[in-house]
Amino acid sequence: MSLLKIDDINVYYGAIHAIKGISFEVNEGEIVTLIGANGAGKSTTLNTIAGLLRPRTGTMTFDGKNLVATPCNKTVSLGMALCPEGRRIFQQMTVRENLEMGGYTRPAAEIPGSIEEMFERFPRLKEREKQIAGTLSGGEQQMLAIARAMMSKPRLLMLDEPSMGLAPILVEQIFDIITELHAAGVTILLVEQNAQMALSIADRAYVLETGRVIKSGLADDLLHDDDVRKAYLGN
Amino acid sequence: MISLLSHLMNGLSLGSVYAIIALGYTMVYGIAKMLNFAHGDVIMIGAYISFCAIHYWNLPPALALVAAMAVCTVLGIVIERLAYKPLRQATSLAVLITAIGMSYLLQNSALLIWGSNTKSFPDMINVPAISLLGGELIIKGEAIVTILACVVIMIALTLFTSRTKMGKAMRGVSEDKGAAELMGINVNLTISVTFAIGSALAAIAGVLLCTAYPALTPTTGSMPGIKAFTAAVFGGIGSIPGAMVGGILLGVIEILGKAYISMELGDAFVFAVLIIVLLVKPTGLLGKKIHEKV
Repeated sequence: MSLLKIDDINVYYGAIHAIKGISFEVNEGEIVTLIGANGAGKSTTLNTIAGLLRPRTGTMTFDGKNLVATPCNKTVSLGMALCPEGRRIFQQMTVRENLEMGGYTRPAAEIPGSIEEMFERFPRLKEREKQIAGTLSGGEQQMLAIARAMMSKPRLLMLDEPSMGLAPILVEQIFDIITELHAAGVTILLVEQNAQMALSIADRAYVLETGRVIKSGLADDLLHDDDVRKAYLGN
Repeated sequence: MISLLSHLMNGLSLGSVYAIIALGYTMVYGIAKMLNFAHGDVIMIGAYISFCAIHYWNLPPALALVAAMAVCTVLGIVIERLAYKPLRQATSLAVLITAIGMSYLLQNSALLIWGSNTKSFPDMINVPAISLLGGELIIKGEAIVTILACVVIMIALTLFTSRTKMGKAMRGVSEDKGAAELMGINVNLTISVTFAIGSALAAIAGVLLCTAYPALTPTTGSMPGIKAFTAAVFGGIGSIPGAMVGGILLGVIEILGKAYISMELGDAFVFAVLIIVLLVKPTGLLGKKIHEKV
């Protein structure tokens, strides 16, 4: 049974038709990735699911609930979290305060325990607990962004370009974290420009081009698909 | 020496009023990224309400203050909902013009309701003056209450934004509305609460201001409003401690300038200081560094 089902959505920025009838689904327990070049509509799709943007037409359901009618600040409570492009952590707050914000919709009594869990998973963040988030390194900021999203205990974690701007060693670390979270039972929807890495950890993938899904299938198959290799893997 | 101390006290007291008004400017700017030029006129409305409460409804001063705060709180929320919220996606120029229009609307509504005659504001603060240095330095009761009010408000707001859930949500929204929404924060509610707090503070400032300068007219709020805006920019707009520091410094500079240099040019000093500070430090004294979004 699919946890997230997107059916024929159309999204516009003013007159610009950014998403042209995209449909896909994410089943409970999967890692699904959306790959594609800059401007293909990957981030727009995630932002629309999270409610930051509204589709003009089409339907979206999460766990059977209508997402189109759900305001952005209510989608978290449904059990999904978006770790947005560019991290968008609260730069002027401390690491701990950022995590508290991530648990904003949960009862205050549960927050300290969850923060401790995050510190166990991300020991670097514990060392930086009282530090202002804007002073963290890029890799630490990305870990904080993921930890912040996990603070709401989401069933579906959406990650938008988590490897952006990071050194290769840190990219590997981030992907390790993603597979660990997946092993812990979280369903993952991953948007990446690093198609090689994304396809290597994903179960299934959709290839986006100028607002349309042009190809989809098992991640393994796409990894060995000639067109995909030429267009996105550089060989 | 004694006269300098006495001028300093007057400056601190006037500066405290500016600081309380500046807090409203700076909080609203921080969260809605707009300059609410109608803020000064909310002060005037607050003063009129407490005037009416004492004069016509015979309420005690404390209740008159509460009435003024209640009316201004509602007024602040209504102004935001009706005038500013529909323009959330509009250019900042459109919002600015709307705020100026709202300012005139409030002034002219006051003119319509209360007329153009100057009202003599009742003495709402019955605290005895303190006499120091063998009776040579006398500090008025109003000055003491004003400075204390300013300190209490500053501490309360600092605790509110650093400790409470709503306070943290306000900081989150002021930094990144979209990210705050993704956390599950109701951005509209948070903005409403900010306007409510700012307007309630404006009511307090109105009462304090009119107690010190008891002539109340529909334009009473505009000059203090502009000066408090200057104070907010001076201290670093968006920063709560900045508004405090900016307001107090501005009050002291104004009073000392009027006392020792020129009575007529007193207001000019205020703006001259602003220009100098902005030339040297464009973000204001305690202004936040502006982060470029990638």
